[in-house]
Amino acid sequence: MSINAIRFLLNNDVVSIENIDPNMTVLQYLREERFNSGTKEGCSSGDCGACTVVMAELAKDKQTLNYKAINACISFVGSLHAKQLITVEHLKQGAKLHHVQQTMVDHHGSQCGFCTPGFVMSSFALHQHNNTPNRVEVLEALAGNLCRCTGYRSIIDAALVPNESTANDSFAQHYQQTVKQLNDFKTLPSAELSNNVHRYFAPKSSAELAKKLLDNPQAILVAGATDLALTVTQNLATIDDLVYLGDVAELHRLDNNADEFVIGSAVPYSEFTPMLANEYHELGEMIERIGSKQIRNNGTLGGNIGNASPIGDMPPALIALGATMTLQRGDSERKIALEDFFIAYKKTVLNEAEFIKNIYIPKAKAGQLLKVYKISKRIDDDISAVLAAFFIELNDNVVTNIRIAFGGMAGIPMRAKHCEAALLNKTFNKASITAAQQALTQDFQPMSDVRASDKYRMKVGQNLIEKCYLELQSKNIETRVVNYA
Amino acid sequence: MRSLIKSKQTNKNINGASSAVDSGNVDLDNVDLNSVGLGGVGRSKKHESADKHVSGEALYIDDRPSLRGQLHAAVGQSTIACGLIKSIDLSAVKAAAGVIAVITVDDVPGHTDISPVFPGDPVLAIDKVDYVGQAIFAVAATSHDLARRAVKLAKIEYEEMAAVLTVKDALAKQSFVRPPFTMQRGDSANAIAQAAHQLSGEISVGGQEHFYLEGQVSTAEPTEDGGMTVFSSSQHPSEVQKLVAEVLNIPLNKVVVDTRRMGGGFGGKETQAAPWACLAALLSNKTKRPVKFKLSRSDDMCMTGKRHPFENNYHVGFDSNGQIKGINIEVNGNCGYSPDLSDAIVDRAMFHSDNAYFLDQATVTGNRCKLNTVSHTAFRGFGGPQGMMTIEMVMDDIARHLGKDPLAIRKINLYGKDERNETHYHQKVEHNKMAELIASLEQSADYQARRANISQFNNDNAILKKGLALTPVKFGISFTVQHLNQAGALVHIYTDGTIHLNHGGTEMGQGLYTKVAQIVAEEFQVDVDTVGVSATRTDKVPNTSPTAASSGTDLNGKAAQAAAKIIKARLIEFACEKYDVNEAQVVFKANQVIVAAETFSFAEFVQQAYMGRVSLSSTGFYKTPKIHFDRATGKGRPFFYYSTGAAVSEVLIDTLTGEYKLLRADILQDVGQSLNPAIDIGQIEGAFIQGMGWLTTEELVWNEQGRLLSNNPATYKIPAISDTPSDFRVSLVPDDPNREHTIYNSKAVGEPPLMLGISVWSALKDAISSVSNYQLSPKLDTPATPERVLWAVEAMKETTRALGDI
Repeated sequence: MSINAIRFLLNNDVVSIENIDPNMTVLQYLREERFNSGTKEGCSSGDCGACTVVMAELAKDKQTLNYKAINACISFVGSLHAKQLITVEHLKQGAKLHHVQQTMVDHHGSQCGFCTPGFVMSSFALHQHNNTPNRVEVLEALAGNLCRCTGYRSIIDAALVPNESTANDSFAQHYQQTVKQLNDFKTLPSAELSNNVHRYFAPKSSAELAKKLLDNPQAILVAGATDLALTVTQNLATIDDLVYLGDVAELHRLDNNADEFVIGSAVPYSEFTPMLANEYHELGEMIERIGSKQIRNNGTLGGNIGNASPIGDMPPALIALGATMTLQRGDSERKIALEDFFIAYKKTVLNEAEFIKNIYIPKAKAGQLLKVYKISKRIDDDISAVLAAFFIELNDNVVTNIRIAFGGMAGIPMRAKHCEAALLNKTFNKASITAAQQALTQDFQPMSDVRASDKYRMKVGQNLIEKCYLELQSKNIETRVVNYA
Repeated sequence: MRSLIKSKQTNKNINGASSAVDSGNVDLDNVDLNSVGLGGVGRSKKHESADKHVSGEALYIDDRPSLRGQLHAAVGQSTIACGLIKSIDLSAVKAAAGVIAVITVDDVPGHTDISPVFPGDPVLAIDKVDYVGQAIFAVAATSHDLARRAVKLAKIEYEEMAAVLTVKDALAKQSFVRPPFTMQRGDSANAIAQAAHQLSGEISVGGQEHFYLEGQVSTAEPTEDGGMTVFSSSQHPSEVQKLVAEVLNIPLNKVVVDTRRMGGGFGGKETQAAPWACLAALLSNKTKRPVKFKLSRSDDMCMTGKRHPFENNYHVGFDSNGQIKGINIEVNGNCGYSPDLSDAIVDRAMFHSDNAYFLDQATVTGNRCKLNTVSHTAFRGFGGPQGMMTIEMVMDDIARHLGKDPLAIRKINLYGKDERNETHYHQKVEHNKMAELIASLEQSADYQARRANISQFNNDNAILKKGLALTPVKFGISFTVQHLNQAGALVHIYTDGTIHLNHGGTEMGQGLYTKVAQIVAEEFQVDVDTVGVSATRTDKVPNTSPTAASSGTDLNGKAAQAAAKIIKARLIEFACEKYDVNEAQVVFKANQVIVAAETFSFAEFVQQAYMGRVSLSSTGFYKTPKIHFDRATGKGRPFFYYSTGAAVSEVLIDTLTGEYKLLRADILQDVGQSLNPAIDIGQIEGAFIQGMGWLTTEELVWNEQGRLLSNNPATYKIPAISDTPSDFRVSLVPDDPNREHTIYNSKAVGEPPLMLGISVWSALKDAISSVSNYQLSPKLDTPATPERVLWAVEAMKETTRALGDI
């Protein structure tokens, strides 16, 4: 059963759209269908944040709202279903600017003004949950917004100003009404959208999803769309059949069990990260450098794995941790090791009509630990040149268990098995590290591209082995130019 | 009271990110007066569009409501770097969904060349293509998407020719867009030979993508008389007007160009806005429908020019104190396939090859290399930054050679006040207070103590190293093309006492409209809110210069002031006659006009003047005095004055990965008497970070076929928010009005602070040099990506090992 329409709140108005091409992005919808030009197009690839809007959705308790900054330029219009969409036009009340707007004015945070609506919306989402953010929180919230004029200092200062008026603004006043309306939307059957040429379907259960894929194996799965949407906006592709995973209940599993985490494939980064970060601190820090807040609010673990990028960044870390995953096709399920999922560049074991269901990440046992390094040109929102993950267990300074995985060193994220062999059951010392560094050349023949040369990738890969060793040898040594958390 | 204005004070913290910030520490002058109060100069007035920016109400060209029948343009691009076009089959393009019109260069009724100065920029390719991305044909279709899809359907055959893709190759083939040029003072060869020490070096300085957040965009609407109204995101509306008229073969008075604001320009919309306006106009003329041309981000990055990459080298002779006695500098600009503005850009690189230093006997040669890439263009600093890089490298190299702190070498080489004060182009450096400025910054930034701390840190840490550098900037202010140093303005006063202001300058975020409104408000002593500014239009103020060369306020501020003074003189004359008083008895003050014992509101008085049949509208005009330059002799005074500043940067590098972080930056900039401290500080901070980006993470990568690989923001990385140092202290030199008679004795601020970013590069080199215990001067080409930093560290280690072996 389904309804042939997308329903959502545009600020406080219920909007129902039908007969629209589901390849349309939220940005195009706002600018071309609604004639709301406050939200800007800077890049159409989710890299600059000028199009940032805020999506409010029900939290798990069904009584509170999560305000999430997202990139409208790479969100398909279908993903609005059952959510509230807030744009820069909705912040000002009459002639009075919203707190996050007024502080930008007061701190001279706009120059050309083109990036400004995006910054305002990112700051709005931040302040909705945290009205006294510190500098670290501000940087994390705004790292996905580029400004070419100000140098950011004034914008940071503006976002740091505590918001003392959240309690009685229009969002507070409409809060209960919004919660009720979003709950009402939840009772709607699965959403569909079609312009009779291209179709969009949002199943609500894995059974419904499995059937849809068996019936229509050419359909393209979409979750956060943070990569898929670029095929439309950048490569000018059109997708005939989009199947949206965000409403599938079973794909939203988030279990913190005694010995492992279970994460549904459609859970966005922003939801699963705190749990993982608590267990694997460095993994949590690394995730804060995957894309931007906007990307992590939409992007999912299943999408990151299924996309099969040679870089990751999650797969190398999860391979090092020995993660496994379940794949479902029809009503049958299989479980495989994550490291076996990737076959070759952009090629996986996923069969036709099969989808990633859950990812299982073991917790560390006593003596085991994970070290993660992300190397990129820019600290914020950049794709790695090299991603290295070391899972190590030491007993009396002997390596008794080790898995090392790299991204950016081969056509797929993969283990460095020669390197591991050079360390396993060896004393953890300079000699074994040197051997491991040399062995890395047997594991990988990296490529040169726009991000880094083959030589740099190899050299850094080798140096990161040394860094990992140095950090484990001495807790006091300073080895990183940036510390997060 | 205006005092030393600091934008930020925070506590120093090694890793930056966690340091607490006291936002209450911002000490901008008169923050409480931002919104209300008397307009006028010297105050931190908010940007005139600030409220509209934050609410999304500010309209950019793509935000304008679309007109009935509006079409959208796209162009078909060359897929090769160099070759003849053998055949073009556009049948599939013409048949594509939504396509209304397709044009090639054969459909251009007028001029086919839209170059700004020297010929060479065809609006659409003429038989030959010279870079990947060159426009060959254009399409108008019913939607942006359909237009973009349609252009992919063309079948174009080429006869490929050998492309020139490196500066080295261009030099070998003497492939130049303009002839080489040399500036000379004294006999440098002899001076170098006679000096106690000699050094040579070379550096490759990368280009820079403008990455204005609003991409190139224009709309053209046909008018009833065969003319065209064009809305263009352009720094140079008058040139767009001229070129649109020329391609359409109509007189200039039939074309109006309107630019309300740009979403960033940075030089990238000085000449590079015109092609899209011309193509929109050509398609509009053909279809008789409005046409919008908005470049997608990747098309914008592939099809528009960038900051010129340069490959420079030097040979210097100096004494045992490190003072330069003679130097030869060669700067080789990669101009791309056409001259565009490259002659003046390479000239400016040559003019700034001295930066703040007396070169004594000097020979500076500039080559304008022609390569098969997009034609490189203006970018904040206009070649000046690339020129300065060589001499800053020389300073570091001399220091390491002599085992001295680079700051000591910089100081000893500064221009003198009454001697050692003539540049290699024979302009006297007047009113020179660079030594005092550096001394002040050295103290406020605690340079010497931090130098000692860093030495200790570097001794204690094997993996992480810190670096520190203080670098100055002396930047010449004026267009080096003399006739551009003029401006016009138009001021109206309406009968309700509100003022309307137009001038030839364009607003790209730099706050020009705000500053000029303050100047007009100051003249009449009224609230700045009384002064309304509207779009820069070629039918309001004609024959304008580009808003460029940091000159916007200097030129347009003076022109607007002149217009206001004319009206004010009429008002005073009227008051004298009507109330039988003398001029001294007429005072404009606090939104009022006081005539002897009587006080009127400004509006009341204006109403009286209107009833008394006084003209309340005037134009104003200004041209910069004193400047001249004879290119034949390489001598003159190309610059009205110099803008100066200095920065101290402290960085932390990782010798295992090459990653780095700017920990703290201290800036002291001389803006003369600031017209608006908040805007000036915003310009300084933004320019510094943009300069840092140019020299660090912003890497343009072309492949061996001449295709730009870094063609989107996923692969081209401008600074993001965490790249801003947590400890960022920006100050304006207090109480130091410009000695030249600029508008309220202010100084230009747009470009100069970009070059303060050189301090970050120099600090990176300082950190890298520590690996050799400061014995060696690292070669660090730019952008200094983590990869380049790592290789420089490795080179230090290897050379140090090799020296150790000897």
